[in-house]
Amino acid sequence: MFSFISFFPRAVMQGIPLLFGSTGEILTEKSGNLNLGIPGIMYVGGISGVIGAFFYEQSVAAAEMNAFLAVIIPILSSLLGSLLMGLLYCFLTVTLRANQNVTGLAMTTFGVGVGNFFGGSLIKLTSSEVPSIALSNTSIFFKTSLPGATTTGWFGELFLSYGFLAYVAVILALGTSYFLNHTRAGLHLRAVGESASTADAAGINVTKHKYLATCIGSMIAGLGGLYYVMDYANGVWSNNAFGDRGWLAIALVIFTIWRPNVSILASILFGGLYILNIYLPTPGGQMAIKELYKMLPYVITLIVLIVVSLRKKREDQPPASLGLSYFREER
Amino acid sequence: MEKKCAIRMENITKRFGSKVIANKNVNLNLYEGEILSLLGENGSGKTTLMNMLSGIYFPDEGHIYIHEKPVTISSPKDAFDLGIGMIHQHFKLVDLFTATENIILGLEGKLDLNHARQKVKDICEKYGFDIDPDMKIYDMSVSQKQTVEIVKVLYRGADILILDEPTAVLTPQETDKLFAVMRNMKADGKSLIIITHKLHEVLEVSDRVAVLRKGEYIGDVMTKDADQQSLTDMMVGHSVTLNIDRPDPVNVTPRLKVEGLTVFDDLGVKRLDNVSFTVNAGEVLGIAGIAGSGQRELLESIAGLYPISSGTVTYIDPQSGENKNLVGLDPMDIRKNGIAMSFVPEDRLGMGLVGSMGMTGNMMLRSWRKGKGVFLNRKDPESLAQHIWKELEVVTPSTSFPVRRMSGGNVQKVLVGREIAQQPSVLMTAYAVRGLDINTSYTIYNLLTEQKMKGVAVVYVGEDLDVLLELCDRIVVLCGGQVSGVVDARSTDKREVGALMTRVEGGKVDA
Amino acid sequence: MHKQSLFQISKRDALPLPKALAIRGGILLLALIFCGLITTLLTGKNPISVYGTILSGAFGTSRRIGVTARNVAILLGISLAVTPAFKMRFWNIGAEGQTLIGCLATTTCMILLGDKLSTPLLILVSLVASLLAGALWGFLPAFFKAKWNTNETLFTLMMNYIAMQLASYFIIVWEVPKGAGKIGIINQPTQAGWLPTVGNEYLLPILIVALMTGFMYIYLQYSKHGYEIAVVGESQRTASYAGIKVDRVIIRTMVLSGALCALMGFILTSGVDHTLTTTIVDSRGFTAVMVSWMSKFNPFIMIAASLLLVTMDRGASEVSSSLGLNHSFADILTGIILFFIIATEFFITYKVTLRKSGKKEA
Repeated sequence: MFSFISFFPRAVMQGIPLLFGSTGEILTEKSGNLNLGIPGIMYVGGISGVIGAFFYEQSVAAAEMNAFLAVIIPILSSLLGSLLMGLLYCFLTVTLRANQNVTGLAMTTFGVGVGNFFGGSLIKLTSSEVPSIALSNTSIFFKTSLPGATTTGWFGELFLSYGFLAYVAVILALGTSYFLNHTRAGLHLRAVGESASTADAAGINVTKHKYLATCIGSMIAGLGGLYYVMDYANGVWSNNAFGDRGWLAIALVIFTIWRPNVSILASILFGGLYILNIYLPTPGGQMAIKELYKMLPYVITLIVLIVVSLRKKREDQPPASLGLSYFREER
Repeated sequence: MEKKCAIRMENITKRFGSKVIANKNVNLNLYEGEILSLLGENGSGKTTLMNMLSGIYFPDEGHIYIHEKPVTISSPKDAFDLGIGMIHQHFKLVDLFTATENIILGLEGKLDLNHARQKVKDICEKYGFDIDPDMKIYDMSVSQKQTVEIVKVLYRGADILILDEPTAVLTPQETDKLFAVMRNMKADGKSLIIITHKLHEVLEVSDRVAVLRKGEYIGDVMTKDADQQSLTDMMVGHSVTLNIDRPDPVNVTPRLKVEGLTVFDDLGVKRLDNVSFTVNAGEVLGIAGIAGSGQRELLESIAGLYPISSGTVTYIDPQSGENKNLVGLDPMDIRKNGIAMSFVPEDRLGMGLVGSMGMTGNMMLRSWRKGKGVFLNRKDPESLAQHIWKELEVVTPSTSFPVRRMSGGNVQKVLVGREIAQQPSVLMTAYAVRGLDINTSYTIYNLLTEQKMKGVAVVYVGEDLDVLLELCDRIVVLCGGQVSGVVDARSTDKREVGALMTRVEGGKVDA
Repeated sequence: MHKQSLFQISKRDALPLPKALAIRGGILLLALIFCGLITTLLTGKNPISVYGTILSGAFGTSRRIGVTARNVAILLGISLAVTPAFKMRFWNIGAEGQTLIGCLATTTCMILLGDKLSTPLLILVSLVASLLAGALWGFLPAFFKAKWNTNETLFTLMMNYIAMQLASYFIIVWEVPKGAGKIGIINQPTQAGWLPTVGNEYLLPILIVALMTGFMYIYLQYSKHGYEIAVVGESQRTASYAGIKVDRVIIRTMVLSGALCALMGFILTSGVDHTLTTTIVDSRGFTAVMVSWMSKFNPFIMIAASLLLVTMDRGASEVSSSLGLNHSFADILTGIILFFIIATEFFITYKVTLRKSGKKEA
């Protein structure tokens, strides 16, 4: 029978990678960069963390693992991996003014390739029989829930039962929201995304803002990949398991109309839709209908996109210079 | 003068490319606590000169002193730091932001919108501005946006303000308000430059007038010693004889009748207001006016490229004498109606031509639909391209060489050549010789006159009054979207046309 | 803003063709060398033998040549399909979904009508169904773009996943055997609705795409439609000036793009794989975007670009299988080559000069 108390935490765990991805992409898009490389970056963020964790696990015995190191090494490796991807994207699109769509798609090809290749190679190194890497020892640290998760009944189950990265995701989303709307740097960043030439005329360094927003956005998105492996998948990396969640994160950006705080609930909603099929009735044992339920996030996003363009409410439009390169000296 | 100079510009020269000199040895002073009008026709180099103060351009030669100290202004930020604020004609505002957010954009320090809002309110109170600090820019009228721009520079502590044609977008009431604010600022010790070509405004608001003509500094005069006549003379100079061949028109018959034409742009601003005139076959009809008086909208609405909200445009067919209505037709409909209308638009590469294509590809813009079947006819356009290449001496390596990479004069030859080759019965041209050298300009004049003698109704929108007076037969003068007069080009002079061009909106002549 | 950067960047007038080709060729060579180095780094084998393996992987046997050529044809076909829309500056990244929906339509016909129609008729019905499905997938984003300026990149992206889930749905509906989660080879005993083979099993798709290449070249270069597309892509104002109905051109062109993508889907299902999986298109819809763009929309350059990418892909998978690595190695190499090519454009469009002295003017 359907139990909300068991459904909700699963929806949250599905939603957290999307929340990381969409927060990162919103930050990026606010600078006018449409980074379609996010799916690849999330793969890279995941595998980089896995590599870090793998070498740490290899170097010490399970019993001697230091909680802090076990957590910080994968996080730093993950951040480094996605930072490099963000830098590459910026170098090509901002410095070399390349087409954002083409660059983003190439990054996704490349990133997914990197993830699966190194995933595959590590699998080979461990000479394991199953085509996956299990970093269960590291995963334990990532999965540690808040105190009280099991003792406070339904409350603990709903709100305290997640690994710390889930809370980081929520904090980052709230923080990004605050940053965009209540700080000067956020104001400047939005100005860059709305009208780079206006920002430039006001003395705002357009290139710097685009680089920073995109690189930090990439790192946030990369954490989504890390969360997925270390927490959701219990430290098991298997190739392509992350699937199309990166694209779903981009859909989420549109769905929330570029608002990271809305994204917190929306990502749980998307996560819920993703697994809803398990709970929804399958009339006449028709398992196929579940695949149609999985279509819902995309259909709803499409409808939001259309409605937004019909209503023409200014606040709901994509950043006005999204997808465009900016260079001053063209007269 | 023992008064101190807020700005002193010495021997400023600015070139664009190797041919165009925008400013030549200009010496200009702005004294502290005065309002200076910078007066000049379009293309006289006013905006370029001011842009060198606001850090957008850098002078090729000369020196700038601010409060008697030599300075180098190489960016807008340098200008801010020196207390110079320029309010451009094209506002640099983020539509989605509030007034306050725009005003503080680019400043540093912690974001404190409440404090900023209060400071904005204080400035508004001090000088008599009337804006809501929390209003979004996209909800604002043009005049409110302009106010935001002015508050923006005051917020940054500017004590020298440059306003580039601030009244061009304002109603008379809004203009009065702006002038009141300018006087308040002056009383507060600020120094102001206002760029304009409306003489009555010059006389109303400024203390002193400086005049530029064709990039050169003509001189200055105290406003109290000037009147409209003396200023017009300084601005337009004496007539120059150009010797454009102008045969008398023969067989003049009405070809195109415009009646009560009114159009609005997408922001809802009225661009043409009840415009009526007739274009005759066998005549060159000039259209004169300050830039932005509705010339572009007029030609585009006749050509079916601009929505007409009221009024009629009627074409009188030369063969049948039949009247054909043009309102509501797009360019394809017009052609399908058997109306041979050619149009040389102002934006040559953005509207009249496809920059990445060669001459042949551009010939096809007019003929691509011709012929049955799904394929293009390339042969005729190719031979037309060859013809124009030879006939008009277009300098290009081949007929497939992208026109974008040709020089301005050659681009225009391609465009005009193509439009004339359509054997039009109406030929409209907008700024047909802008940016062209003397020889090419004459080529164009001769082509237009040739068309006129063939019985074509030629419309020539121009900015150089000397040319308008010598090339055209009649001249319609536009001012603020209205027709302020129709004159006979043979009997009028620059002073009369100049006065009509600068008449107040609302229909009555000053002074 | 105040500081002048070390480099001055200005638009080039135009590079003479040989020089532009030389730059492109040089960068490509650099990319290949770089890929070799990466391979050596990751596998410890010397780059020359790696390239040997790549070439033998792609062309080593006649079967390999056949598969490579057919893969080139499929990628080329999708690239050709997306080209008209790109030339119009319509950022359609939905080729993946448009192709997949073609596969799905074909599958539907083959499964539902497999025992009701004769094969020639069935092929015809499948073809028409897939073209219609693809046309619809192209029409929707174009319609909303033309009427309300709805962002086409995001729209087409979502349409990919809607197609994907539809395909998943029907795969389970028709799964064989029950619970397998896949369809398997459709109509294997009867071969109903299978495209006939011409010569060998590779030739027919190649021939179709070869025809398509010629068609697309002629369509873009010599037809009135092609001319309209070029003008709309360059400037919508110029298009209106010339009497071109911009909305109509946008919709018509996307319908064509979608239908041609679906044609490739039809070939995939009816002529190559005889099945439907959610990964049957294998990201070629995205790769095609890059092929089309880096070939500057020229169908003949696209042949070379597709050949390059498919060779790397097939070769890299040979490298990985001979070394026991996984196939994703190919994606890495493809990515690197793409990055190099993307970066090249900048140096062809712009001239970078070292500033002599920042203070010269002051």
